[in-house]
Amino acid sequence: MISIRNVSKSFGRFQALRDVSLDIGAGEFFSLLGASGSGKTTLLRLIAGFEGVSAGTIAIDGHEMQDVPPHLRPINMVFQNYAIFPHLNVRDNIAYGLPRLGIPRAEQHRRVDEMLELIALPGYGDRRANQLSGGQQQRVALARALILKPRVLLLDEPLGALDKQLREQMQLELRGLQRRLGITFILVTHDQEEALTLSDRVAVMANGEVIQVDTPAGLYDQPRNRKVAAFVGTMNFFDATIRGEGASLRAEIAGLGPQPLATSRRAGERVLIAVRPESLTLSTTRPDSPQPAVAGRIEARQYLGGRQILHVAVAGRAEPVAVATLALRGEDPWQGSEGRPVWLSWGPGALSVLDPD
Amino acid sequence: MSAADPAAPVRPGALTRFLHRHEGWRGHLLLAPALLLMAAAILFPLGMTLAMSTWSLAGYDIDRTPGLGNYAAMVENPMFGALILRTLTIALTSTLFTVILVYPVAYYVAFHVTRHKALWLILLTLPFWTSYLLRVFSWRVVLGQEGVINSALMGLGLIDSPLSFLLYSQTAVTIVLAHSWAAFAILPIYVSLEKINRSWLEAAADLGDGPVRRFWRITFPLSLPGVVAAFILMFVPTMGEYITPLMVGGPDSMMVGNLVQAMFGPMNNWPAGAALAVVMMVTIALAGLVFLLLNRLVQR
Amino acid sequence: MARYAGFHRPNRPLALYAAVFAVVLYLPILLIPVFSFNSGVFVRFPLEGFTFGWYADLFQREPLIRAFWNSVKVACFVSLLSTLIAVPAALAIARYRMPGKAPAVAFMMLPLVLPGLILGVALLTLLNRMGVTLSLVTVALGHMVICLPYAISVLLPRFIGFNRALEEASADLGEPPLRTFWRVTLPCNYPAILACLLMTFTLSFDEFFMAFFLSGAEPTLPMYIWSQLRFPRDFPSLLALSSLILLFSFALIFASLRLARIGDPAQPESGR
Repeated sequence: MISIRNVSKSFGRFQALRDVSLDIGAGEFFSLLGASGSGKTTLLRLIAGFEGVSAGTIAIDGHEMQDVPPHLRPINMVFQNYAIFPHLNVRDNIAYGLPRLGIPRAEQHRRVDEMLELIALPGYGDRRANQLSGGQQQRVALARALILKPRVLLLDEPLGALDKQLREQMQLELRGLQRRLGITFILVTHDQEEALTLSDRVAVMANGEVIQVDTPAGLYDQPRNRKVAAFVGTMNFFDATIRGEGASLRAEIAGLGPQPLATSRRAGERVLIAVRPESLTLSTTRPDSPQPAVAGRIEARQYLGGRQILHVAVAGRAEPVAVATLALRGEDPWQGSEGRPVWLSWGPGALSVLDPD
Repeated sequence: MSAADPAAPVRPGALTRFLHRHEGWRGHLLLAPALLLMAAAILFPLGMTLAMSTWSLAGYDIDRTPGLGNYAAMVENPMFGALILRTLTIALTSTLFTVILVYPVAYYVAFHVTRHKALWLILLTLPFWTSYLLRVFSWRVVLGQEGVINSALMGLGLIDSPLSFLLYSQTAVTIVLAHSWAAFAILPIYVSLEKINRSWLEAAADLGDGPVRRFWRITFPLSLPGVVAAFILMFVPTMGEYITPLMVGGPDSMMVGNLVQAMFGPMNNWPAGAALAVVMMVTIALAGLVFLLLNRLVQR
Repeated sequence: MARYAGFHRPNRPLALYAAVFAVVLYLPILLIPVFSFNSGVFVRFPLEGFTFGWYADLFQREPLIRAFWNSVKVACFVSLLSTLIAVPAALAIARYRMPGKAPAVAFMMLPLVLPGLILGVALLTLLNRMGVTLSLVTVALGHMVICLPYAISVLLPRFIGFNRALEEASADLGEPPLRTFWRVTLPCNYPAILACLLMTFTLSFDEFFMAFFLSGAEPTLPMYIWSQLRFPRDFPSLLALSSLILLFSFALIFASLRLARIGDPAQPESGR
C-alpha cells in the first residue's frame, strides 16, 4: 500500500538516506528499527511529508505523494513528544482536524466522546491538555490522529518518554488497537524489543540504508549480517573460512574447530558464523558423537533472575562464548561453577552463516 | 485527512509542489518583504549618497559631473581632520567611560541577583527605549547654570557661583552620551558574564584562589568578548551623534554629525554633506574592523 | 574553609554601587515630572509651588494636539506594518535552512548599529533625487527601517524556542500553512507578537533622529518639542508634555518587555 522507491535525502552535505526502497502492506504493523542517526526518523518524516525527498518516489495506494505537502496526505502521525496543543483542552485537541472535513458540531462531539472511551479517558474532555500526565497526553495524541480515520498511522518513538511499566502496557494497547482498527501502523523505534513485540514486519536501518526487512522471527533466526544480528538480540560471532566441497564442505571456525555446514558458499570464502546463546548447551561430560562438541572452561556466570548467561572460554578464540540457560530454583547445576571444565554443544541449524564484516 | 474520500487525494498545484520540495525557497519567500524593504531603504539610499558625494554645488543647483572634489576639499582643509579626530576622541572616551562604569552593575546582576534578574535588566534598559530627545533634554535641565545640580549645590551652600563646565562642554557631552547609550553597553557584558560556568569559579576557589584573583584570572578574561561587543555597539552610534552635542555641547564639542547635519540643513551643500557622511561611514567601518580583530584576539 | 560562604556573601559595596547607578540613570528623567508641577517658570531649586496649570495649558495648544495625532498615526502604521513583515521574516529565519541566511540576517540587523544620522541622511538623499516631497509618509518609511530589526529580534527568540512539532501536528491533521499559523502559531505566541506591536509603536512614537531629516510640513510630536525648545518661557509646558510622554512610553515598553518573556519555556523564569 505504501511504496517507497529509491528514496534519498540529504541535508546540505550530510546524507541521511541512501537509495531506500520499501513496500509496506495495508493493515500491517511495520517498524523501522535502528540506532540514532540511522535515518529511520527521517524516513518517517518523508512519509509524513514534513521534509521533501532529494530523490525517489513515495506512493500511497498507487498515488505519488513525495511532492504533496503534509496537510494533503491521508496520513496522520503521533509525535515523539506528543505535540499536544497547550492552548486547547482535551476535547478541542482531539477534534482539531474535524472542522475542516465539514462535520457538524453535534457529530464532532459524538466522535470525540467515542474516542475518549477508546483511549480510556472518559470525562477528560474539558481538562487543559497540558495538565495531563505523559501517558495520558500520549493517548490524546493517538485519539487526535485516529479520529480522522487515516489509512496510515505513523508513530515516532511514541513510548520513549514513558517508564518501563507504562511502556509495556502501552505496547500491548497499541498492538490491540491496531488489530482492532485494521489500519497500517508504521512505528519508529530504537528499542529492538519493542519492534519485535509489536510488529508484523521490521526494517532494520543503519547509516541511512535498510539492511534487512523481515518478520521478527526471521530477523532473529536469519539475520543478514553482524549489524542486524547484533541489533536484534545478543549473539555469538565466530570468524570462519569455508574449506572443501561437496560432502566434505565445512567451515573452519575459530574456537569451534572444523564443522560440517550446508551452505552455498564456496571454499576459500571468509564468513561470519553466528550462534544464539540459547542454541548452545553445556554438559560436564562429552556428548556422544555425532553431536558436535568443543571443550572449554567456564569463566564467568551472569545471573539474570530465572535465566543465566555462562561465559565459556574455548581454545582458538580470545572472547568467551556466551551460553544462555535457565536458572530454576533448586535445579541449578551451574551454580558456583566458575573454573570448571565443560563441553559445549549445539543442535542442527544453530549455526547461521553471515557475510563477513 | 480522512478516508472519507476513497478517490485520489487532492493533487496540489505546481507551485505548492515546488515549494514543498525546496525548503530554502519557502524561507526566502517569507523573508522577501523584510529583505526587500531593507534593501530599498538601506542599499539604494547609501548608493545614492555615494553618488551624490561625487557631485558638487553650483550656485543653487547641483552639478552632477562626478568628481572627487568634495573629498579633496576635506583632505586639504585641516579642520576636517581635526573634527574627525575630536569626534573619535569623544566617542572613545564616552564609550570607555561607560563600559567601565557599567561593568560592575552588569557583574552585580549576573552574580549577585538571584531572584529578579529579568526585572533588573528591564529596569536598567527601560530608559533607552523611550524618547532620546527627552533624555538629552532632561540632562540640560540637570546640568544647566540655573539647573538642578547647580541650584541644589548653591542652595546647600557648597558652591558660590554656578559651575559652568557642567553644561555646554565636552564634559557634558561625554556624560550625556554615557547615559544615553549605557543600555547598549550593559546587555552584552551581562550576557557574557551570565554565561560563565559557575563551577569553574568554584573549582578555582577550591584550589586556593581568593575572590579578587578569581575575578582577574577567570571572570574578567571570559567576559572580554562581551566587553568588546559593548564597545562596538556603543561606539558606532556615538560616532554618529549630533543631537547631544547640539543640546548640551559647546563650540569645542561639536562632532562630525553636527557638520553633516549643517550641510544638509542651513548650509545646503548636500554633495559635501554626502561626502562627509561617506567618510564617517568609512571611519566607523574601520573602527569596527579594529574592534572585530580585537575580538578575535580575545577569543583565543 | 567556608568557600560557599564566599560565593554567597552579599557584596554590600557592589550592591550599593548598582543601586546608585540605577538612581543616577533615572534621576534626570524623573526630574522632568517633578518640575512639571512646579509653578515657577525656571527649572531650578527651590521649588516654588504646586500646579496643574502647565498640564492644562497643553490641551489648549492646537499645533501640539495635531503633532500628537500625527505621531499616533505614524506609530500605528509603522507598528502594524513592521510587525506584519517581521512575523513571517522571523518565522523563516527560525524555521528554514536557506542559502545565504546568515549574511541576509546580518544585513537586516544593520540599522541597529548604524548611526541614525547616516540612515536619515542617505534616505533623504534618495527621496530628494526621486522627487518625493517629505511628509509623514517619508517619516514612516524611516521609522520602518529602524523598527523592523527590533521587531525581528523580539520575535526571533520566541519562534526559535517554539516547538515546531506543534505546527507539524497541525499540518499533519489537515490544516494548510495559513490556517496552521492562525490556529496554532499565533495563539501560542501572541505575547511576543503583542510585545512587538507595543515596542515598535513606542519606538516610532518617540523617534527623533530620522524624523529630523525626513519630516515635511506636518511635524511629529518629537519634532514639535524640538521646535519649541527655543522658547524658554514655555519650558514648563514642555516638561508637562514630556512627563506625559515618558509615562506613556515607560508603561508601553514595560508591558512589552514583560510580555516578551511570559510563558517562554526555554528561559528559566527568574523571580516571577
